[in-house]
Amino acid sequence: MAMLFALVSIPVPQVAPTFGLHAPDGFLSAPVALAMWLVAIVVVAVSVRRMGGSLDERAVPLMGVTAAFIFAAQMINFPVVGGTSGHLLGAVLAAILLGPWAGTLVMTSVIAVQALLFQDGGLLAMGANIVNMGLVGTIGGYAIYRFMAGLLGGETKGRLPAAAVAAWAAVMLGALAMSLELAASGTTTLAVVLPAMLGTHALIGIGEAVVTVAALALIASVRPDLLTLRERRPTRAAAPALGMTESQP
Amino acid sequence: MIRRYWWVAGLAVAVLVVVILAPLASSEPDGLERVAIDTGFADQGTTAAYSILPDYSVPFLGDGPVSLIVAGLVGVGLVFGLVWLLGRVLARRTQPTD
Repeated sequence: MAMLFALVSIPVPQVAPTFGLHAPDGFLSAPVALAMWLVAIVVVAVSVRRMGGSLDERAVPLMGVTAAFIFAAQMINFPVVGGTSGHLLGAVLAAILLGPWAGTLVMTSVIAVQALLFQDGGLLAMGANIVNMGLVGTIGGYAIYRFMAGLLGGETKGRLPAAAVAAWAAVMLGALAMSLELAASGTTTLAVVLPAMLGTHALIGIGEAVVTVAALALIASVRPDLLTLRERRPTRAAAPALGMTESQP
Repeated sequence: MIRRYWWVAGLAVAVLVVVILAPLASSEPDGLERVAIDTGFADQGTTAAYSILPDYSVPFLGDGPVSLIVAGLVGVGLVFGLVWLLGRVLARRTQPTD
């Protein structure tokens, strides 16, 4: 009991994790922020449509767990050189586990809760944050993952290295997107912000790759069947062969 | 049981990440913040018009590790429930095979 008390009362100098790649309001001009909102809304709408009828009910708990883990992991800022920290984005992890459409909805939900409840990322900037930290990874990062896995002789063989490359690339693409948005907003110039953003995030991306690979390796060793949920298509209980072909995308 | 309720273990991982790792997280400026400071646009950021659990803390618990952990657990639970519900609504009914 005394030990427990001692543990709780340890002074922790560093407390509040900060906003990650989360942009606060004010960094982006209103037109840029609204344009990013538009992009986010369109992609989320497409994701909802694409998911309707293609999501296996057995994947629903995995969606919840993935979202919970990504929210938790985004609180963990790890230090990188130069008095800088970074945290997991998790978009590539979500897309590998759930596919790009369900992955998009998971990332959007996480970022929305962070902005609405935790004041982590601005409200006007939420569209940009969803694009930079979510969609860039669930759509672009996932495409890179599939391409790399194909090069490496299939997903089973190439899963972890392909995930590492895609995770790192997604962070870099997110940093690139953020830089372009900042420059388009007139907040700074691309020549100033781009090298700084890419330099910092090249290191943060390594952390992203490590956590993504570790999570996938853990799942592969404990419940490998969860890695194939993405591929499964719903089999309707009362749907006879009538045009209900089991097609793979 | 374990086959069906594996998600409890998954959720436990998220809870452990918050409880054990969140208080140890680095408070150094993150990537964007560092760049904003170094290239001189950090002061353009504005704070939110309202706050509920600002910066992952529960206002009446101060800003120590307990406050951080409680806020984090609220977020984990909320995100989990929200996304599960969303998935349920969007998932087509399937025949259980397990």
